[in-house]
Amino acid sequence: MNNQGSHIVKTTTWSPGPGCHGGCGVLAHIKDGKLVKIEGDPDHPMNQGRLCARALAMTQYVDHPDRLRYPIKRTGKRGENKWQRITWAEAFDWIEEKMNKIREEHGPESMVFNVGTGRDIYAWVCMLAYAYGSPNVMFGLSGQACYGPRLSAVCTVQGDFAVFDAAQWFPDRFKDPRYTPPECMIIWGYNIHATCPDNQFGHWIVDLMKKGTTIICIDPRLSWFASRSKHHLRLRPGTDSALVMGFLNVIINQDLHDKRFLERWTNGAHLIREDTSKLLREDDLTDTGSHGNFAAWDAENARPVIWASADAAYRDNQASPALSGQWDVLLASGDTVRCHTAWDEFCREVNTYPLERVEAITGVSAKEIRAAAELYAKSKPASIHWGVAVDMTPALTPLVTGITALWALTGNLDIPGGNVFAKFAFDVVSYALPGTTGPIGLKSKEMDKPRIGADRFMPLNKFYWRCQTDVTLDQIFTEKPYPIKGMWIQTAGIMQGLGMDPKRWKKALEKLDFVVAVDLFHTPTTQYADVVLPAGSFLEKDSLRSWWVPLQTINKAMTVDECLPDMEINFELAKRFDPDYKYETLYDLYDDILKPSGMTFKELQEKGWAYPPEGSSSCPYRRHEKGLLRSDKKPGFRTQTGLFELYSTLRDEWDLEPIPHHEEPPFTPVSRPDLAKDYPLILSTGRRSPAFFHSEHRNIPWLREIDPDPLVEIHPGTAASHGIGNGEWLWIENWMGRARYKAKLTPVVPEWMIMASHGWWFPEKEAAEPSLYGVWESNINQLIPMNHHGKDGQGAPIKHSMCKIYKCSPEEVNHG
Amino acid sequence: MAKKHEFGLLIDYEYCTGCHTCQVACAQEHDWPAGMGGIRVSEIIQKLPKGKYYLTYLPFPTELCVLCKPLTKQGLEPACVKHCMAGCMQYGPVEELAKEMTKKARTVLYVPR
Ligand code: SF4
Ligand code: SF4
Ligand code: SF4
Repeated sequence: MNNQGSHIVKTTTWSPGPGCHGGCGVLAHIKDGKLVKIEGDPDHPMNQGRLCARALAMTQYVDHPDRLRYPIKRTGKRGENKWQRITWAEAFDWIEEKMNKIREEHGPESMVFNVGTGRDIYAWVCMLAYAYGSPNVMFGLSGQACYGPRLSAVCTVQGDFAVFDAAQWFPDRFKDPRYTPPECMIIWGYNIHATCPDNQFGHWIVDLMKKGTTIICIDPRLSWFASRSKHHLRLRPGTDSALVMGFLNVIINQDLHDKRFLERWTNGAHLIREDTSKLLREDDLTDTGSHGNFAAWDAENARPVIWASADAAYRDNQASPALSGQWDVLLASGDTVRCHTAWDEFCREVNTYPLERVEAITGVSAKEIRAAAELYAKSKPASIHWGVAVDMTPALTPLVTGITALWALTGNLDIPGGNVFAKFAFDVVSYALPGTTGPIGLKSKEMDKPRIGADRFMPLNKFYWRCQTDVTLDQIFTEKPYPIKGMWIQTAGIMQGLGMDPKRWKKALEKLDFVVAVDLFHTPTTQYADVVLPAGSFLEKDSLRSWWVPLQTINKAMTVDECLPDMEINFELAKRFDPDYKYETLYDLYDDILKPSGMTFKELQEKGWAYPPEGSSSCPYRRHEKGLLRSDKKPGFRTQTGLFELYSTLRDEWDLEPIPHHEEPPFTPVSRPDLAKDYPLILSTGRRSPAFFHSEHRNIPWLREIDPDPLVEIHPGTAASHGIGNGEWLWIENWMGRARYKAKLTPVVPEWMIMASHGWWFPEKEAAEPSLYGVWESNINQLIPMNHHGKDGQGAPIKHSMCKIYKCSPEEVNHG
Repeated sequence: MAKKHEFGLLIDYEYCTGCHTCQVACAQEHDWPAGMGGIRVSEIIQKLPKGKYYLTYLPFPTELCVLCKPLTKQGLEPACVKHCMAGCMQYGPVEELAKEMTKKARTVLYVPR
């Protein structure tokens, strides 16, 4: 390509359009204001010159003829595709007027702010929602079932999140002398190379494999990683938590766990009352005792010793607490109560999962489970990385805390090549993930009170700053305890992507007085808005990226007609809704967010990216030992007790099971044999494509060419027994509805399961209803219900439902 | 005798993940419309004993691959090689690449048109 006369802008990816969890360094070649070429930045430590198909296709994306290029206002009915061009000033004025009216008449909480998956957009949607005064920022998946639940589950027991270590903390990466690659790595429910979700560059694992890392793959599907793995544990979807109990069983009973870690860093020695099955607390023992302090048994002196949570230490530092045993403890009331240790309780639960039972639940042979668990536990170091499959089940917290127990009990937490604490670089927080807060917040605690679901779902109450999605949808219809009147939807696709039972979401949108959509292209969802604002891609904005390490800026390379970056749109409105808004310009806000780093936006922009130095809380390793995690600088974790909690003190308080265990999901052949008669196949959804980011990219020719049709993977044997040939169209159907897919016959799926891709709509089809870009043809979410989230309001059965399949009639094939 | 086909592409198909980056990198570099391009990626699923399968993704240079002459003339790498997410492609003189091959199984050497 002739690039003469072009200049190069060095920038970083992270954006809702195109969807990208970000971090790659890119070089954008700009000529006459247009993008003529984009390439990976060879100097960037994250991708080292590499780049995915989606980012390379930016030259077809950024100036695509279908880009929304100026604000538009609806003139027809919702879904009629009738629009009128307006100016930004008109758009802002109208939005301000309509939303002010809602706020005056119903209160700010009557506006819900809907976001898609976690890209930089969260910071800016929160900025707007909070300036307006609404705490109701909503992630559209049932049970918020992606990443946030995992994070809050991990925070519950270990205070900070952890990810697999690919030396991403160091500018020299693998060459850094502090680093050691893992001997073994478990990839749990993750087709990571097809995407790079959760801020991890998927191909880092390929880099590690070349360095000799052995792979264990836990996945019902034969992913590329599975076919390169030493052990592929092909479990029945939704039984991951039974498998994790099997792993723990092997590790504990074969004495493969790290006793030093167990004794020093966990609450295994803390006592549990046998009368109430609750933790024994200091206020049980003395009238003046604190409810936040716990007790262990000092066997030498035959007396309880107090764990002072604020000091993250035993009050008597000579005490030698017993890890195992049963004792009678005298309470302040004068009664005596029998107690045993949390570790005994944990082992008791683990021992209810002998491998024969785990085999019966998961379908993975006991022999294979044992071999994989031994390999993981004996490899030093070893790491685990997991995908959204762990969130997409209602009992995700018992599963996730089981996996965290694995890395903790094998001594792999925050060591080189293990699972390493993922902290925001330099403690700079723009997008406050569960467990963190940043400068973007509501003005008062009071304003957070009406947040939907935060009163009954404690993770949301305590550290996950979203409203509960299923309850929000219900509340739109019931209007109890207060009505929802409007929705701000920004670069999110509630009808084509995130929404389970999407027709119900459509009805919900129909009911609202005012809907704003901000996006780069029209989608089925934007067709339901009253006003649509054109957003910019990452090439069109100055911004910053703070999501783990490094800290980076995103640098504006170009503009496209009247499109504005998300944060500029939201900043303008934030100032209008809050006359006392703290910041004059967006750059003042950036500087404030960046304050903990000691750099201004301009200074960081000059550097491009910055890595935290040794000794800071965002630089590994062994930070719990060095006192780098807690604000009081004491060694320990950022939990209530300061310990890694094998027995969760928070869940003990919330009346939820404090230790990992298996719960059979709601729609499986085991829990619903009645449904299995009509719907004998397991339906799993979310087959990843390297060409698409969820519901995006169907309109980009280079990418659509890679995956032109909505595919469902079916085992050849299963297809044959249904008379379905490769490439033939079929219906996937269950009690909720049906969707039309093209069969891909492949042995990568087991005979008893099919795997459907998600996010399908057809930008090339008629926009107006009833077609609505064909969104009802192949939308697999039509087969998945809302309202089956877990007990803590998180997680949903998205990857394991039930269905039957049958061939489309010739007429049905031609029809669309 | 002058060497007519001096350069080639060496692929380590043990590590190709089928990410299709090479395909889009080529299309972008050479302005190919969708449906045309210098490289295609195919999927090969081989059944092994004991119910196992081996999944291979194999990039294949088409009639349209020109080995990125405009780039390589400047000493730059071909677009596909540069961007390959798995780092499993190499460009160079055929003889050198052939030597490389002797060190690593599951490789294939292409000398495109
Ligand atoms: S999707 Fe992943 S590989 Fe592609 S640009 Fe974004 S972070 Fe990089
Ligand atoms: S070498 Fe160049 S022309 Fe050939 S496939 Fe790769 S990118 Fe295309
Ligand atoms: S870019 Fe590399 S890993 Fe991706 S498909 Fe092409 S050869 Fe394979």
